[in-house]
Amino acid sequence: MNTLKERILTIIEKNSRMDISELAIVLGTEEIEIVNALQEMQDEGIICGYHTMINWDKTGIEKVTALIEVRVTPQRGQGFDSIAERIYKYPEVNTVYLMSGGYDLMVILEGKTLREVAGFVTNKLSTLETVIGTTTHFILKKYKDHGTIMAKKSEDQREIVTP
Amino acid sequence: MREDLLSAKTVGIKPSGIRKFFDIVAEMKDAISLGVGEPDFDTPWHIRDEGIYSLEQGRTFYTSNSGLKELKMEIAAYMQRTLGVQYHYNNEIFITVGGSEAIDLMMRALVNPGDEVLIPQPSYVSYEPCAVLAGATPVIINLKEENRFRLTARELEEAITDKTKILVLPFPNNPTGAIMEKEDLEALAPIIEKHDLYVLSDEIYSELTYTDENADNVHVSIASLPGMKERTIVVNGFSKAFAMTGWRLGYACGPSLIIQQMIKIHQYCIMCAPTTSQYAAVEALRNGAEDVRMMRESYNERRRFVLHMLKEMDLPCFEPQGAFYVFPCIKEFGMSSDEFAEQLLREEKVAIVPGTAFGDCGEGYLRISYAYSIDNLRKALVRLQSFVNRLRSSK
Repeated sequence: MNTLKERILTIIEKNSRMDISELAIVLGTEEIEIVNALQEMQDEGIICGYHTMINWDKTGIEKVTALIEVRVTPQRGQGFDSIAERIYKYPEVNTVYLMSGGYDLMVILEGKTLREVAGFVTNKLSTLETVIGTTTHFILKKYKDHGTIMAKKSEDQREIVTP
Repeated sequence: MREDLLSAKTVGIKPSGIRKFFDIVAEMKDAISLGVGEPDFDTPWHIRDEGIYSLEQGRTFYTSNSGLKELKMEIAAYMQRTLGVQYHYNNEIFITVGGSEAIDLMMRALVNPGDEVLIPQPSYVSYEPCAVLAGATPVIINLKEENRFRLTARELEEAITDKTKILVLPFPNNPTGAIMEKEDLEALAPIIEKHDLYVLSDEIYSELTYTDENADNVHVSIASLPGMKERTIVVNGFSKAFAMTGWRLGYACGPSLIIQQMIKIHQYCIMCAPTTSQYAAVEALRNGAEDVRMMRESYNERRRFVLHMLKEMDLPCFEPQGAFYVFPCIKEFGMSSDEFAEQLLREEKVAIVPGTAFGDCGEGYLRISYAYSIDNLRKALVRLQSFVNRLRSSK
C-alpha cells in the first residue's frame, strides 16, 4: 500500500465527509490522484462503505444491540465460511467475526426490541443445524465506538490565546 | 505602594502583547480562536498512564536537581538519534521546567552587565525580557520576509559588536514558521566562531519540520556543525513534540561548564522539575515516536489547508516549514496588525494574534495557529475571508 492511500484511509476513517478537493489540498496532491486512489481501494474492497456514526440513544428511537457468541460445527472442506455466510445474509445481522477462544463466531445484531432479538436467536440462529449453542449478551450502553467517544462531548480546554 | 519602590528593571519590562490581546478576547464568549500556541492533541494516553502510575507508586519526592537519571539517559539517546550530537547524560544535560526556564538560565549563566544578546525577531516573547533581567542589553535583528524569515550571515555580521555575547536562534520559529536549513546554519557558523559567540538554540519545535515529502523529520541543529557543540546550548522540551504543555517539562544540552552554572541557579530557584512529569517523559521518549509522527502528519495536512485557504483569499503568505503557525501579510489594508486583529475579532469573532506581539517587525503580519481541527480552521478562515473581502470592497 502506498503512503497516499494510507494517508487517505487514516483521514476518512475518522471523517468520511472530507471531499475530494479538500483531500487533495491537505495531502498536497492533485484531485485526480485522490479520485484514482479512492476508486482503486473501492474496487479492491479496501473501502467497503461510508457510514455515519449515530448515537441512537439520543434520538429517543428504541433499538437493542445484542452480541451473540455462537458455537458451531465446522463443515468439511469449508471450515466456518459457509456457516458464517448463512448467518451474515440475514439483514438484521450487523457484524460477524470468526473468533479464537471459547466460541467460534461473534454475531452482532440490531433489533427494535428484546423480543425481536430473542425471536431471531431462537427461531433462526439456533435452528441452523451446524449451530451447537448460543450465548446472547445485550449491550447496555455504548461509551466508545469505532474510536469515537460517545459518552461526552470533548471541548477545547486550552486558553483562547497563548504565546 | 509607590511604583518607584519597585525594581526599576522589572517595571521597565513591557507586559506581553499576547496578554493585552487576551484581555480583549476574554470578554467575547463565542469567539473562534486561531490564537493558541500549543497542540490541540491530548498527551498520548500511554504517556499520561505512566504519570498516573508513578503517582500510584508514590513517586512523589524531589528528583536530583538535574533530573532523573533515566530521563537524562533517554534524552542523550534521543539527541544522538535525531541530531547526531553526543551529550553525556551526567554533566551535559539537565531537566528544566519547560523550555522557558532553560532560556532564562542560559542568559543568567553567561551574561555580565553590558553584554549584548542578539535576538532575531519576530520570535517568541520571552527572549528579550530574559536578557534584560539577566542584565544584558538585547539587540534585535529584524528578520525579513524576502529571506523567508531566516537569519542571514550578513544580518548577523552587521549586528555584532565587541560586546556581543549570545546569539539566540529560535528555529523552527514561533510565530513565522520559518526554519533554518543546514546551509543556512553553515553560513552562520564561521561568524559565530570568529566573534566567539555563544548560541542559545531554541529547538522546541524541532519535531515539527515539513520540508521533504519523503523525509520523516529533517530538522538540523546548529550544535551538529563542527565546532558548534561547545558553544551552543540546545533548548528543547516535551510541550510541542509530545503535546505536553501543561506538564511543564523541558531540558538543556550543552557544554558542561555552562550547564553546571545553569544547574546551580536551577537548584536554588526551582530545586527540580516536576517528578510526575519526568516519569511520563521517560515513556514519551521510549515509546512516543509513532505519536509524534502521527501528529506531525496531521499538522502538515492542516498547514497545507490553511495555506490553500489564504491563497484563495489572495492574502500573501510565505510558505512556513516548521512549527504550527502561518504568518500572512496584511499590509495592503493600511491598518496596523493590532487594529486588524481587533476589528476582525469584533466583527467576525475570530481571534488571531497580531504579529507585533512578537516584536515590532511583526507589524503588518498576523500569526495564525493551525493547532486546530480542519473543521475549526475552515470555519474561522471563512470568516477571515469575508472580513478581508469587506475591507477590500470598502476601499
